[in-house]
Amino acid sequence: MAMKGLVFERNLARFAASRVASAFSGSGRGAGVGPLHLTDVDPPELPGPQWHRVHPLLAGICGSDLSTVDGRSSRYFEDVVSFPFIPGHEVVGTLDDTDTRVVIEPVLGCVARGIVPRCGACAEGRTGGCERVAFGHLAPGLQIGFCTDTGGGWSNGGLVAHEAQVHPVPDPLSDDDAVMVEPTACAVHAAVAAGVDTGHTVAVLGAGTLGLCTVAALAHISPPGTLLVGAKYAHQRRLAEELGADVVVDPDQLARAVRTRSRSLEASGTLTGGADVVVDCVGSDESLTQALSMVRPRGTVVLVGMPGRVSVDLASLWHREVAVVGAYAYGTENVGGLLRRTFDIAMEVVAAKGLGSLVSARYPLDRFEEALAHAGAAGRRGAVKVVFDLHARERHRGTRPSTKGPVS
Amino acid sequence: MSPRPGFVLEVDRSTPSTLFWHGEGYRLEKLPVGSRVLYAPEPVDALADPVGAIRRALDEPLGDAAPLRSQLRAGMQLTIAFDDVSLPLPPMRSPDIRQLVIEQVLELAAEAGVDDVVLIAALALHRRMTDAELRHALGARIYDAFAPHGLLWQHDAEDPEQLVHLGLTDQGEDVEINKRAATSDLLVYVNINLVAMDGGHKSVATGLASYKSLRHHHNAHTMTQSRSFMDQHRSELHSSNWRMGQLIAASGVKVFQIETNLNTDTFPEQFRFLQRREWEWTTRDRAAFLASSKALQATPDRVARSIFHSIRAPHKMSAVQAGEVEAVHARTTENVYAQQLLEVDGQSDILTMGLPYICPYNVNSIMNPILVACLGLGYFFNMYRGQPLVRAGGVVIMSHPTPWAFHPGHHPSYIDFFEQVLAETTDPAEIGKYEEAYATDPWYVHLYRTGNAYHGVHPFYMWYWCAHALEHVGAVIIVGGDRAAVRRLGFKPASSMADAFEMASDVVGRDPSITHLHSPPLLMADVR
Repeated sequence: MAMKGLVFERNLARFAASRVASAFSGSGRGAGVGPLHLTDVDPPELPGPQWHRVHPLLAGICGSDLSTVDGRSSRYFEDVVSFPFIPGHEVVGTLDDTDTRVVIEPVLGCVARGIVPRCGACAEGRTGGCERVAFGHLAPGLQIGFCTDTGGGWSNGGLVAHEAQVHPVPDPLSDDDAVMVEPTACAVHAAVAAGVDTGHTVAVLGAGTLGLCTVAALAHISPPGTLLVGAKYAHQRRLAEELGADVVVDPDQLARAVRTRSRSLEASGTLTGGADVVVDCVGSDESLTQALSMVRPRGTVVLVGMPGRVSVDLASLWHREVAVVGAYAYGTENVGGLLRRTFDIAMEVVAAKGLGSLVSARYPLDRFEEALAHAGAAGRRGAVKVVFDLHARERHRGTRPSTKGPVS
Repeated sequence: MSPRPGFVLEVDRSTPSTLFWHGEGYRLEKLPVGSRVLYAPEPVDALADPVGAIRRALDEPLGDAAPLRSQLRAGMQLTIAFDDVSLPLPPMRSPDIRQLVIEQVLELAAEAGVDDVVLIAALALHRRMTDAELRHALGARIYDAFAPHGLLWQHDAEDPEQLVHLGLTDQGEDVEINKRAATSDLLVYVNINLVAMDGGHKSVATGLASYKSLRHHHNAHTMTQSRSFMDQHRSELHSSNWRMGQLIAASGVKVFQIETNLNTDTFPEQFRFLQRREWEWTTRDRAAFLASSKALQATPDRVARSIFHSIRAPHKMSAVQAGEVEAVHARTTENVYAQQLLEVDGQSDILTMGLPYICPYNVNSIMNPILVACLGLGYFFNMYRGQPLVRAGGVVIMSHPTPWAFHPGHHPSYIDFFEQVLAETTDPAEIGKYEEAYATDPWYVHLYRTGNAYHGVHPFYMWYWCAHALEHVGAVIIVGGDRAAVRRLGFKPASSMADAFEMASDVVGRDPSITHLHSPPLLMADVR
């Protein structure tokens, strides 16, 4: 049976075309003219004896995927990806030839790369911070879904993952729940990085998938004194409240809401006090500027949304001694003095908060252009997470009914 | 020809459509047959010689006050306080009444050799007036004589150095007012009286007070116990101000009160049709209505707002009285009633009203949704004596675009109040838990003291103003308003008057009695 996959080629002309298309028509609209195309693919080779084949059931479309497809991602990533690659790093699938469902922890750290001894970060369990992402026996690639050797989730040809990267899915979790584990793990990592105290005022900018998962993670792991969320769309506002936000307002009103709670004054468009922590789940010039304007002096801005090249006035950061902290991926977290794998915590959060309900639409691979356009306009269209549905019409075993309705 | 009294019209099949204010515009609505339309008495005549009348009032004061000139002497400290930009509505053509009165007071002061004179705009917790507004209210001559020398003040209710605590009333109410006013040898208060609530002891006890003092009567409890606050005999707001005023007097503060009545000639010639009865519209009135309606439909909101706020009303002084506060105010109130009272026989199931672009708190500003609620449910609803025009459990239908828009410089705390407080509760008794935080918020205090912002607590007062109506009626419907903003207020949005009546039928049944409060001009219903 022919295996199909969405392959991302290195093609500068198509990069440019997708960038132009997405700029004019909206995020996700670059898919039709860009370097992504649906083609026959061979299953990837197993790189070693501790590797497994994973057959995707659902694979999410993430903001970083959209940036890549739109040709908007930072050139920083050029040396830490390898072409051609099959995107898709939010994956629930079945393991080898069994019905065992697993989610993939896609970061390709030293263990997956066969690097001995492991780098300092990996030795500490911080695989997201691996210092060898471009080295070892695998081609460069931050994660499965950006590495030519591993395949990715946007393919019914499957992918390969090291045993350290697979996490069995407990039975109570649906496929929709399971596909939300990876983005939730990012949110858990951010929530821990935020260093939130019970008396803190925390503001979350953005209420797409990452924003909502961050709200859920904060509310579950380290609920602050007041959790405020700036959410643009009505369904996002409702979900943010349901997931544990104390105050949900339009993004334009977030600084105002923070000011009221912190009883700050204002000068030069910046609060003189502000939130203890601002979590930026957007990653744009505008959101970072907003974050800096509403964080208190010596407070922390956590960047969860993937930024690219941004232009921001850092005078207030310097003057007010604000810490800007990146929060990428996951690994091991120290929660209450206990070291735990981020994915284990994420599964708890997903189960406790019912995050599978954030899956709003599913598409078959051959409707990838529609899927990406939908994901790119998810907020406007009342959606949160858009996924590819690979429950095998082609493969006839190992499928498990998902809690969601038919393919969109 | 003397002005005609008010009139209650019963709508029949031949009745022309009725004019409703609708913010920066108006609508013609066909009211159901049998509806009542309340038309105000026509404006009373203006004083032929206002300056002469002022001089007479100063020389022949009411009550036990001595003539003003006899109270003035060289070496004394004289403070003249005056009503702020919230009066009159719309702002009047020059010369403003305050200018006419204060010029006469200053002339007497100059004759007596008084050289320590300070003017104070009695802002209470209102926004500071702009230089242009002060200049308009006082006239260029007074403004230029006082402002450059730091002798024109705006009351600062947040400056402890400017306040003095005079004590507690027998009800335990703090009386804390402007220190300069309280410690002067004589305080002259210059009032403009538009409605029955204005003036009297409220002028000083509210206009020159601090938050600590105001909170005793600006609250939900007082408002629900004021039925209405336009009726002195049944107003707890009035009683509280009277207790405070009497304590102020007992503390030795010597007040010479000057109150003026304005006639209700509210709009200039091109808008004259607004205050005419529709069946008496001339061809010219109809043409003016059509032309301005069409023009406003094609005009951006901001421009329309600017056009209306540039209107200077032709209203004129119809009476002036001076002397002892209570005696003066009794006469003023008689004058207000003589001009505005209209006898109305019984309540109705539905009260309709068209709300204009202006209220006391958005002069040269935006009528935000909170002010829409306050104008309709605070002011218009309370324009009664006896009992409300609408029965308990009835419906109020208001017409106003109710934009989700705020003036960030004038109403900063309103925005937060709308986003935070009203999002949680619209119950006036419940919102009090937020009051202290807003009242003491340092940013709002800063903007009130240094900018042109209403005090942080002011939106609470606006909502308390609605408390009596909210407790009394079964539903509030706004026709033609921003739906989200209307819902945030806790009201129901309707796209047309017909829809509003249909919605109201859920509350008052299918054959309701309807009363329309026609304005302008202002009227006060004496509901029997």
